[in-house]
Amino acid sequence: MKMFVCIKQVPDPNTAISKLDPATKRLVRSGVSLVLDPGDESTISAAIKLRDKVGNSELVALSMGPASAQEATRRALAMGVDRAILITDPALAGSDAFSTAQVLAAALKKEGADLIFCSTESTDGYTGMVPGGIAEFLGIPQLTFAREITIEGQKAIIKRVIPKGYQTIESTLPAVITIASGSYEAIYPTMKGIMGAKKKTLTQMSLADLGIAATQVGEAGAHERVLSIGKAEARAAGQIIKDDGNAAQQIAEFLQRYQLL
Amino acid sequence: MQSRLKSLPPARVAGNFSNEASQNTRLWRGSIAMVESPHAAHQAQMPVVTDLYNIDMMLSDEERMVRDTVRKFVRERISPIIGEHFEAGTFPRQLIPELAALGLLGMHLDGYGCAGLSAVCYGLACQELEAGDSGIRSFISVQGSLAMFPIFAFGSEEQKQLWLPRMARGEAIGCFGLTEPDTGSDAAHMRTSARRDGSSYILNGSKMWITNGGIADLAVVWAQAEDGIRGFIVERGTPGFSTSDIHRKLSLRASITSELHFDDCRIPATQMLPGVRGMRGPLSCLDEARYGIAWGSTGAARACYEVALEYAKSRIQFERPIAGFQLVQQKLVGMATELVKAQLLSLQLGRLKDSGHIHPVQISLAKRNNVREALHTAREARSILGANGITLEYPISRHMNNLESVFTYEGTDDIHTLIVGQAITGESAFS
Repeated sequence: MKMFVCIKQVPDPNTAISKLDPATKRLVRSGVSLVLDPGDESTISAAIKLRDKVGNSELVALSMGPASAQEATRRALAMGVDRAILITDPALAGSDAFSTAQVLAAALKKEGADLIFCSTESTDGYTGMVPGGIAEFLGIPQLTFAREITIEGQKAIIKRVIPKGYQTIESTLPAVITIASGSYEAIYPTMKGIMGAKKKTLTQMSLADLGIAATQVGEAGAHERVLSIGKAEARAAGQIIKDDGNAAQQIAEFLQRYQLL
Repeated sequence: MQSRLKSLPPARVAGNFSNEASQNTRLWRGSIAMVESPHAAHQAQMPVVTDLYNIDMMLSDEERMVRDTVRKFVRERISPIIGEHFEAGTFPRQLIPELAALGLLGMHLDGYGCAGLSAVCYGLACQELEAGDSGIRSFISVQGSLAMFPIFAFGSEEQKQLWLPRMARGEAIGCFGLTEPDTGSDAAHMRTSARRDGSSYILNGSKMWITNGGIADLAVVWAQAEDGIRGFIVERGTPGFSTSDIHRKLSLRASITSELHFDDCRIPATQMLPGVRGMRGPLSCLDEARYGIAWGSTGAARACYEVALEYAKSRIQFERPIAGFQLVQQKLVGMATELVKAQLLSLQLGRLKDSGHIHPVQISLAKRNNVREALHTAREARSILGANGITLEYPISRHMNNLESVFTYEGTDDIHTLIVGQAITGESAFS
């Protein structure tokens, strides 16, 4: 089985203080340390686990970004992905979710994928639209918020996180599966994995390789425009329950209101 | 000059030079060329405060990945629990399988299930581990450099096959027996003896201050044989071999320190390391471990500096952050400067080791400097944190106390001074 995991390099959420450029209204990505999205580390871990369980399968990491995003793909290779593809082209700068999905889908079509894993959303942009876009461009089903995945023949079965618990759903293959955050613990690359990563194949693809015109993507082809940016509202103070004998009941009601009970 | 200095806006004094050469900045022209330089517009971005000389740029992708992976592991798995272990005086044994799975045991050895990291990668891993705790780095140093390395370098093929893969997997823990109650720096005069008796050796004597001793499945023990100092592999459970842990320590509390006792302990002659005789054996192991310590101590120093800097920026006294006070800045700048120097020393030491051109005197100089400065940094950081600095809520006093041991073990600060002294003068101060 041919499996793909889509990954992204983002400003390190553990060290970087996110800054927004008031002119472009976009996240500032220069001058900050860039890392493989920590959410993607969990997704890669889920994909590796499934590849090893299914057996006789290849897992490929697919990313779109500047040449410096190689470092993120290397990390995926060190974690245990078999090979990696980085789509990089100057014309891609400023691509929106639509273009990103279009480009990733083109590469996936060219490669031929049975199963495509994505994180639910990236840690920097949080649009959450790319996985759905990929599925749409490829004309295949999308299974979202997976916390458990099983492959049976040509069928994917997932346990899907919903507010009240989970649903079990199944789909034909090929399919896009998004991983619910927190469902899979990220594995650490091993020292041997890091040493072995440079022996694995990292392929670079350009827009020409994918048959996409420069005008369709990047700033030029963007359908999406950030209109304004503003400060997030301060969080409201939490509710403090004082125990007058019925605190337990109040807590139960509170939990019920959020469908946690 | 004093009065002119005062008239400068604070930002200019702080070094925020620009092209707008005002009357005041012109006064500085002689000493600061950047003010009117055509290159001023390309002035580089302010580097991150823990890497003021952009050492990060001098590392390869692979080296950065090793560092970042170990840093993440330390942040997620070690830092949250290490304070409790330090207080309880226990080693977090539950971490051994995880450290092994990461490939950190014997990481710089090649083959036999080891990762085969470069010297620089090994150093970076030590740096990150010791940013967590010197006790954890000590565990790794002893397993890899003091127990696995002598088997790797001087062992027979059978010994390597038997022990190294198991030790890399963390299924067998090793320790290193050189120091004795009566011989520390003067290890060549050790009293532990190995008497040949047919196809066996009989060991007698004791070893002191042995990291990992109490949990070790095997000890690499150095003893006086008829033909000079020899190394022996002694397995736990061998009749005549026992260990007892040393308690009431105020340093390296999250690490096991033990005594090893040999009382007519008979071991097969096949457990002698055939590849080395004399002090070259233990000293070459110590070079490996000291190399890791030179790097490791910079991790502890960085951790103290980071905490002190953050604390100074948020602690308000006299209605302003204490980071704004000159005396505090002097301490912070001293810490930052020594950190950068130690990091550069470590990196060049690593490059020398990877190129095969390292000399032991370079290791001595770096171990001496970096541990000494890390200890000083920890003490300065403690003073910035005031009373908070003495608690386990912050890592400062833990690092400070640990570094007192690091200052002494693997060649005391004094001995390293004399090694460098002998190397540059040609005069030995030992005898």
